[in-house]
Amino acid sequence: MTVTDDRPAPPAETPRRRPNPVLALLRNSWRQLTSMRTALVLLFLLAIAAIPGSVLPQRGVNPEDVRDYFVAYPDLAPVLDRLGAFDAFGSVWFSAIYLLLFTSLVGCITPRLREHIRALRSKPPVAPKRLDRLPQHTVFAAPAGGVTAIAATLRRQRWRVEVRGDEVSAEKGYLKETGNLLFHASLVVVLIGVALGSWYGWSGNRILVAGADNAFCNTQQQYAETSFGPQVASADLPRFCLQLDDFEARFLESNGQPEFFNAKVTVDENGGTPRPAEFSVNSPLRLDGANVYLLGHGYAPVVRYTDRFGRSQTSPNPFLTTGDIGLTGEGLAAFPDANVDPATGERDPELQMAFSGLYLPTAPQQAPFVRSEFPTERNPLLNLAAYRGNLGLDAGIPGSVYELDQRQVDAGRVKEVGTKLLQVGEVWTLDDGTTLEFLGTEPYIVLSVRHDPGSTLLLVSSGTLLLGLMGSLFGRRRRVFFRVRPADPAGESSTLGSSLVEAGGLPRADHPGFADEFTRLVAAVSGDGRQVDPDGPAGARVGAE
Amino acid sequence: MSALSDQLVTFSILAYLVAMVVHAVEYALGNARVRIAPPARELVGAGVGAANGAGSRPEPTVRAATAAQRTAAQRTAARARAAGLGAVAVTVVAALLHLGALIARGVAADRMPWGNMYEFVLTVSFIGVASWFVVLWKRPTLRRLGLFLTLVMVLLVATAELLLYTPIVPLVPALNSYWFIIHVATIVFSSGIFLLGVVPACAYLMRAGYEQGRRSFPYLLAKRMPAAAALERLTFVLHAFSFPIFTFAVIAGAIWAEAAWGRAWGWDPKETWAFISWVVYAGYLHARATPSVKRNVATWLAILGFLTVLMNLFGVNLFFEGLHSYGGLD
Repeated sequence: MTVTDDRPAPPAETPRRRPNPVLALLRNSWRQLTSMRTALVLLFLLAIAAIPGSVLPQRGVNPEDVRDYFVAYPDLAPVLDRLGAFDAFGSVWFSAIYLLLFTSLVGCITPRLREHIRALRSKPPVAPKRLDRLPQHTVFAAPAGGVTAIAATLRRQRWRVEVRGDEVSAEKGYLKETGNLLFHASLVVVLIGVALGSWYGWSGNRILVAGADNAFCNTQQQYAETSFGPQVASADLPRFCLQLDDFEARFLESNGQPEFFNAKVTVDENGGTPRPAEFSVNSPLRLDGANVYLLGHGYAPVVRYTDRFGRSQTSPNPFLTTGDIGLTGEGLAAFPDANVDPATGERDPELQMAFSGLYLPTAPQQAPFVRSEFPTERNPLLNLAAYRGNLGLDAGIPGSVYELDQRQVDAGRVKEVGTKLLQVGEVWTLDDGTTLEFLGTEPYIVLSVRHDPGSTLLLVSSGTLLLGLMGSLFGRRRRVFFRVRPADPAGESSTLGSSLVEAGGLPRADHPGFADEFTRLVAAVSGDGRQVDPDGPAGARVGAE
Repeated sequence: MSALSDQLVTFSILAYLVAMVVHAVEYALGNARVRIAPPARELVGAGVGAANGAGSRPEPTVRAATAAQRTAAQRTAARARAAGLGAVAVTVVAALLHLGALIARGVAADRMPWGNMYEFVLTVSFIGVASWFVVLWKRPTLRRLGLFLTLVMVLLVATAELLLYTPIVPLVPALNSYWFIIHVATIVFSSGIFLLGVVPACAYLMRAGYEQGRRSFPYLLAKRMPAAAALERLTFVLHAFSFPIFTFAVIAGAIWAEAAWGRAWGWDPKETWAFISWVVYAGYLHARATPSVKRNVATWLAILGFLTVLMNLFGVNLFFEGLHSYGGLD
């Protein structure tokens, strides 16, 4: 499909009386589809169809942005959504284009593959009668050894040679078409690799807080969000457990830009003995059947709430980073089981507690305490608001565990009962005598656990794609012919010494250096031979090196 | 070191500007080979003079006029040639300053100077000018293209200096990998050659129109450009050379993305636009290999391809939010 279009013209068809119109239509459509022009148009369409996917937010890339888009353009967004614009690369129109393109590609390369195999197996063609009609042509005195010597020289230069009587035909540069076919075949394999990945691959994201109590094992329920290929069942997940022991991060003193991350974990694979492991950005933890990637990190403030009955609960609460360089975190510490009367065991939903607010690893010296100045914990500060009431967690409506259910607040079922700035170790006594103590923080990391069975295939096919591409771009198919004939046109008493060689060369692709190559080849073949002017007596030497 | 780098950038812009002016002088002095009377006519003139020598003497004024014209033309041609060579020399100086700026920047930052958009544009444009010298060495007759090349250099380096300047900072951990060198070096290199390739592509479109007899505005500029076929050939050679490198760079990026983000390809805006560029350039090579597609249609595809590269470089960094957010501008 690329670079050359030297397919032989389809053989002239014998006129039929009445072609079946359906068959004719099918045949013509197929021909149209597999033509190089159509492939070009489809390529162009593919490029255009990829643009919306970069302009509009994509669910696969950033679902939050899609939600924001729906809020910002309530009229336009549903229409776009129906068109698949938020999942552009999986949409019907995008798929249609690339499937047509690949159909065109397969339809184009299959006959060429057949043709090429035939060319590889067949011998170089018979020399044309008139060598002087070829783009390159010369005549020189025959070297000692005649046809055999010419053929030997050509073979040494890795030409495919066929000797027929006093004629030598040679061809070179099959690599071009081989590369071309390899390139296009690799494209098909790349597509298969992508398809494998999306059918049999799975991924899950979650936050992992440091500490033995917060370890998790690889089951679907343990992930905050998962994406499973249609051929993957929950039971197919490999068995392993992961515990974050320590997380190290270094930042630039001058501006807080991150410099280094490293997560130390304990892995327990297939029920074996737990082993320590480390991973980082750019070097994921590669387990059997899954890879663990480090996507982000932050702090989980650990707070202890002591309720009216003196019972206390401690929990680490990952505060999600808000995207600033100082790692300001935003989050929620919820205690839905607080204030259960130990005597009756009854829970009063009106007395559920939640604390929502910000965590600043390095709080500024003065108010407002809303933005951290540095990503490490130099002046840790919790800026919290306390809420009491029905948190809405029992309603069964899925909600974020990182923020308060705003519907409950709006409905007045949850009320704010005070705000407070807390440093590590400080205790906040609320209006009902209950207390909240800020014990410290644990680091957390954001993990993506993934398995893509198509990745090896993708890697290999990308490699062959590149090889094929280079072959097709830099390979050049060309033919040369040599014919030994007697010097005397009458030719009655020709001996080798008085013979002439007529040579012709035919580049089969755009090849501006062919004239030079031909001259050098003739010089090599002729050995001591002298070039003969086709129209006159022996003349100057060719291409003296 | 950082300040030195900044100064060198300023000087190299000035030097590119000077080179452009000198190239323009060469251009204005005209095409020497066309102006000089061809040798055949000189011989005939001499023969006529000798034949007439015995009898009527040839009119001295005419002879003097042609001789004067010839020497004037020769002098102009020599001047044009000198200007052209001078322009190339100034371009070399500019490129050395440019290289010095990159090295100083790299030393100051203690890493490859490819960490943000400013450094990226500087490196890409340097690759462009360095490859230009290779082209010039192989095909000296294409020297006049230097006018457009230096124009592009002035525009790019000045854009980097004026709009994209970013102080030196170390790499974020995500970039701190040997893939940074492999992926970014090949992207920079191929982009530089695509940048160079767009110069003969534009020149070809103008020259081809000129050769077809068009004399309106953009075509007339190509009056003294090299032959259209040579320009078209150069365009193809540069793109055919660059495309596999670009392909490798994208593959290397995918391998890196697998290690860093957990997926080889995720349709991040930068990835999407790299895909678009790849498809458009593949379309160019495809179109050029299709006999039924006209060469100027194919060449337009090459220019379109470069526009998508520019979109990826500037547009994606400035307008979109994605994982490749290393522009350095807030």
